[in-house]
Amino acid sequence: MSTQHTILSVIGLSKTYRSNSVETQVLKDVSLDIFRGEFVAIMGRSGAGKSTLLYQMSLLDHPTLGEVMIDGRQTSSLRSSERTHLRLHHLGYIFQDHALLPELTAVENVMLPLLAIGKSTFEAKERALRALDRVNMEARAGHLPSQLSGGEAQRVAIARAISHEPTLVFADEPTANLDSENGKAVLEIFSSLHESGQTVIMVTHERDYGLLADRIITLADGRIITPDA
Amino acid sequence: MNTLRVAWFLATRQLRRANRFATLLIVVVMTLTFLNLVVIGGILVGLPAGATLSYKEQYAGDVILRTLPNELSIASTDAILRTIGNYPNVVAWSHRYVSRGVVEANYRTQVGPGQIPDRATVSITGIDPVKEESVTRMGERLLEGVMLEEGDEEGIMIGKNLLDQYSLGSALLSANTLSQVETGSRVRLTVGSFTQEFTVRGVLGAKTDQVSTRVFIHESVLRRLMQRTDRNVDEIAILLSRESDPSQFAASLKADGLEVYARVETAREAQGTFLQDIERTFEGLSLLIGAIGLMVASITVFIVIFINAVSRQRYIGILKGIGVTAWTIKLSYMMQSIVYATSGILLGVLLVYGVLEPYMREHPIDFPFADGILLVPYLDTLLRGGILLVVTVCAGYLPARIIVGRNTLDAILGRS
Repeated sequence: MSTQHTILSVIGLSKTYRSNSVETQVLKDVSLDIFRGEFVAIMGRSGAGKSTLLYQMSLLDHPTLGEVMIDGRQTSSLRSSERTHLRLHHLGYIFQDHALLPELTAVENVMLPLLAIGKSTFEAKERALRALDRVNMEARAGHLPSQLSGGEAQRVAIARAISHEPTLVFADEPTANLDSENGKAVLEIFSSLHESGQTVIMVTHERDYGLLADRIITLADGRIITPDA
Repeated sequence: MNTLRVAWFLATRQLRRANRFATLLIVVVMTLTFLNLVVIGGILVGLPAGATLSYKEQYAGDVILRTLPNELSIASTDAILRTIGNYPNVVAWSHRYVSRGVVEANYRTQVGPGQIPDRATVSITGIDPVKEESVTRMGERLLEGVMLEEGDEEGIMIGKNLLDQYSLGSALLSANTLSQVETGSRVRLTVGSFTQEFTVRGVLGAKTDQVSTRVFIHESVLRRLMQRTDRNVDEIAILLSRESDPSQFAASLKADGLEVYARVETAREAQGTFLQDIERTFEGLSLLIGAIGLMVASITVFIVIFINAVSRQRYIGILKGIGVTAWTIKLSYMMQSIVYATSGILLGVLLVYGVLEPYMREHPIDFPFADGILLVPYLDTLLRGGILLVVTVCAGYLPARIIVGRNTLDAILGRS
């Protein structure tokens, strides 16, 4: 635990999906705190509710019950535009399959959140190139996602998530589609981010990768079974 | 401002890296829609406009004086012609004598029982060939033969609609045409109780009935046949300089008191309301066709943007996930629509004013009653282009709104 300042709190969170009058409760009364500068791994078996928890914490989805507080701010009562604003300014998200926009080059993908927060094109490009440099992808800045390997694309996705220096970085199984070599390279980037003081919350099902984190939160059947590891 | 900037950033990248064939196809559809809006309307409105132009150029000039109702001719013609001659903006004028009569052909052949003699009741017009040429350039409209010459008292020119071979439609509907008459044929004219033989010098191919259903002989001959002893004529066609306003000139003649002796009208007034009614009808038709064209264009753009947005809904979700606002994403699609529409419109404008309009001016469409020209005033084109642009933007906005409005996570995960 790097610091005791709580950057994210989950309080009594439940999530139930309804489909054709069938209700599936994926998260059941989950509560946890994430502290500034922490590297947290969320682990568990398939269907345990790891990704669902990440979606709620990163404000991509609304919980059925409970509250997510980011830096002391309640989010359940926020309007959609306020949630979007919060995501843009304070959160970075790395998807399982990089999710780069296919018609934007690597540097343009990284520039996008910077432009959206109001940086000039020049400054956005400068900072995007710096972010790409952090993940050793500056040389491939002008390439389209289709011209990058899976590992390269995932590194660009990390650069996009950190380019605007968010408070929290979320990663949803970032190594799932990578071979072990690329997977390790991505994990090294997360370790390096963590060392520089970045708060990282990562969902993974690989124990070895989870061991790199400060703390492992294990989920089973929608509940936290080991708050600390 | 930042929303616009990010939307433009996204729109330009999508356009630049989109499938070129698909982009070309959309632009072509937009161009065709624009042409449909402007050209079809332009031709429909151009038809009566062409008829008006033919009437003016081939018959009436800019202003025409005609015999008053219940009068035999234009009284004090000499004085009127002197007055007209005093106006500096009068380029030329042509006076005409007009009389009803009968023209006969093949009259030396015995007509069998039950057969109709080859004759037609016509308006016979007596002209001064030189003056007529200077106003209506009649010689340019000859389908065959030559123009009447000054002093030719045996020659006659016949309008094409009086001859079977040039007016098949009319011949079927009416017997008021002559058969086997061509340049060099002999025909016989009867005016009242006087008859004279003439040799056909030429056939006139005008679009205006006042020329194509008349016969033309030298003024001195018709005066004799009509037994007209004074110099009073029946029509005076006046050609003005290019910069003159016919309405103003007609008003001046009326102010000079000429209205007492003749009907003073601009070519447009002399044509009556019939063509104006047609013009209004065609304008309505053009609007209807344009509206259908707009609907087709908007549906096309809607489908294109919808398919584009549906196939990209995961990326739209990711954009929202990153924190790009829904309005920015919608705006980027609207900007794409604007680029498609503007490209199509600009290409259409180039085609209309660079190719179609000049070509049709030189090679009008040959309609029976007019030379079909393309009438495309700049303001009208601008308006129609603007309407197309607005409709296209709306058509681009709607599908983007539908897709962008979806739940962010559902869009990212591809859940329906």
